[in-house]
Amino acid sequence: MKNLIALLLLLSLSFGVAASEDIELQDAHVDLSNNASLQRGAKHFVTYCLGCHSAKHIRYLRIAIDADIDKKKMLQEIAPEGANIYDQLHSAMNKHDAEKWFGTQPPDLSLIARSRGADWLYSYLKSYYIDPKSPRGVNNLVFKDTAMPNPLWQLQGEQYAEHQKNIWGDEYTKLAIKEPGTLSEGEFDIFVNDLVNFLVYVGEPVQLERHRLGKYVLFFIFLFLVVAYLLKKEYWKNIH
Amino acid sequence: MKRSRITECNDWFLERFPLTKLWNEHMAHYYAPKNFNFWYFFGSLALLVLVNQILTGIFLTMNYKPDAKLAFDSVEYIMRDVNWGWLIRYMHSTGSSAFFIVVYLHMFRGLLYGSFKHPRELIWIFGMLLFVALMAEAFMGYLLPWGQMSYWGAQVIISLFSAIPVIGDDLSLWLRGDYVVSDATLNRFFAFHVIAVPLALVMLVFLHIVALHEVGSNNPDGIEIKDSKDPWGHPVDGIPFHPYYTVKDLVGVGVFMLFFATVIFYMPEMGGYFLEHANFIPADPMKTPEHIAPVWYFTPFYAILRAIPDKFAGVIGMGGAIVVLFLLPWLDRSPVKSIRYRGGIYKKALGLFVISFLALGYLGTQPATPTATIFARLFTAVYFGFFLLMPLYTRWEKTKPVPRRLTPVHSLEEQLPALIEEITILKPVSTEIGDSAFKSSFFTRSPNPEGIRNVISRLAKKAKGSLD
Repeated sequence: MKNLIALLLLLSLSFGVAASEDIELQDAHVDLSNNASLQRGAKHFVTYCLGCHSAKHIRYLRIAIDADIDKKKMLQEIAPEGANIYDQLHSAMNKHDAEKWFGTQPPDLSLIARSRGADWLYSYLKSYYIDPKSPRGVNNLVFKDTAMPNPLWQLQGEQYAEHQKNIWGDEYTKLAIKEPGTLSEGEFDIFVNDLVNFLVYVGEPVQLERHRLGKYVLFFIFLFLVVAYLLKKEYWKNIH
Repeated sequence: MKRSRITECNDWFLERFPLTKLWNEHMAHYYAPKNFNFWYFFGSLALLVLVNQILTGIFLTMNYKPDAKLAFDSVEYIMRDVNWGWLIRYMHSTGSSAFFIVVYLHMFRGLLYGSFKHPRELIWIFGMLLFVALMAEAFMGYLLPWGQMSYWGAQVIISLFSAIPVIGDDLSLWLRGDYVVSDATLNRFFAFHVIAVPLALVMLVFLHIVALHEVGSNNPDGIEIKDSKDPWGHPVDGIPFHPYYTVKDLVGVGVFMLFFATVIFYMPEMGGYFLEHANFIPADPMKTPEHIAPVWYFTPFYAILRAIPDKFAGVIGMGGAIVVLFLLPWLDRSPVKSIRYRGGIYKKALGLFVISFLALGYLGTQPATPTATIFARLFTAVYFGFFLLMPLYTRWEKTKPVPRRLTPVHSLEEQLPALIEEITILKPVSTEIGDSAFKSSFFTRSPNPEGIRNVISRLAKKAKGSLD
């Protein structure tokens, strides 16, 4: 028995070591009930992402309904000019140009929050830094040698990587903004967070509905369970 | 008396079809042991999940497109634009994991109480065939969403067949219908997933139940209830399946549905175990994901595959892990069925087997680092050791005498008052009211350290005693 416990302990330790190589991600604050954030996020998405990335699994109408945006406002202020409310969020850039310019086709972002996770997206968008060695002049701490240039650099400013050593002598990289952008650091955090919040919503628009319904379903099943239990007790009272 | 139309219709039907006979044989006059415990819920639950999978599957096929160009988008279409499509899809995806949870627990019940032993060997064989069919069903269904993990998982598993000498390459080509997993593979997997394998599953369930009802159910004591019958020929320790176990299984259904609905509504991805994160990226034959892991229910077998250095030997090992399960009725030489009357060796062996199965399951989800591989080899050895050494250790060990009749069951409800009595002390409460009439009528219970210690040491002694 003692050997077994030692074995399991050893096992858990050995994997803890293997897993610690990943970069620590920053926490995104996802709140899908925050319509103001979703509205801002939709606007940011159309302004900064839609040029290259599509989100073809969602329509402007669905966003308008779910984030409580007036349809007219949606078309005037958020959707690109000429878009129809029933349109999906298609990108204007064509496939061949994209491959010529970036070497790869920018992925559709409908499900990016489900494949990557909110924290990853949040950290990724904040972790660009100036890297003269990279072909695009920028690199990313979370996704090394990413093909995407930093779309938000004007907002964030110019960020540089500083290699430092911690007290154990391990090297780590810290990012610092040298040239401030049009947004302050706090404002930029909120900006990225709104964008991530919107992407999480786009990943699964039904999430809030799911949570709301779940309570009723669970309550109903609980009632069923009580009735079933009492029925069983009644039938079984003479079985010993 | 004038017979009503309905009665007449009824009689017309019953004269031509043995519905009453069937109902009585399999429900109302099918005598089941009266001491079924928690472990006996999972058979009926497996049937419930099967029905869930078939019904939700029918609705999914109405909008799903088995075409490499359309499949991924059609699943998202179901999730977003089809009314209630998301619910049906989550019921189906959660159902597949639930199916394996329920079936693994159902099989573990067999190991606990020796339900595979004489005279129930054939039930076990049908059950194992069901398990194999279920794995085929799940594997082929997993390709259909056409995500990265669907694609690369299928690629890895089908390429295993190419490790077979001489015919390997041709065989895997024949299975895929192409040189890589492609539209042809998707189409044939769709055909197998929605019609061929489900038909086999339903027929095997039928055979499994018919075989069970022929010899009768086993029970936690591992005693044949048919050995002691009352003057009317009914087993003394048996009760009719209907209504007793139908109402009891309803309680199991309720508890199961609470868990099932919680997953569907609050955690359908289950942290990436029920729906893998990488499967939200459309299949891309040009981009191999850095870490390919099958869904959790295949990971123990996947870990065995990776643990063995040679590819072909690995395939044999993975197949062997299933084949030994088929042989279980003949590997076990113990004269008793239930774990209650077995000796300590089997209990320890079963414990080790459970640990190794869970550990292999975990290792199968992790990247194969050198340390992980060493552990995977160790647990693979334990897994096979449990089965292959069984003819030896089950014959050696000293078993306990088996009673002739079922041992009485003490439900938790009966035991609880006495237990509470033991671990708490009753104390009178001194109240503000000075009147003596009030004073004595207030009591409170506070935990009794002495009693709790007694209970724990008694349980520990019992656990230790049962292992020797």
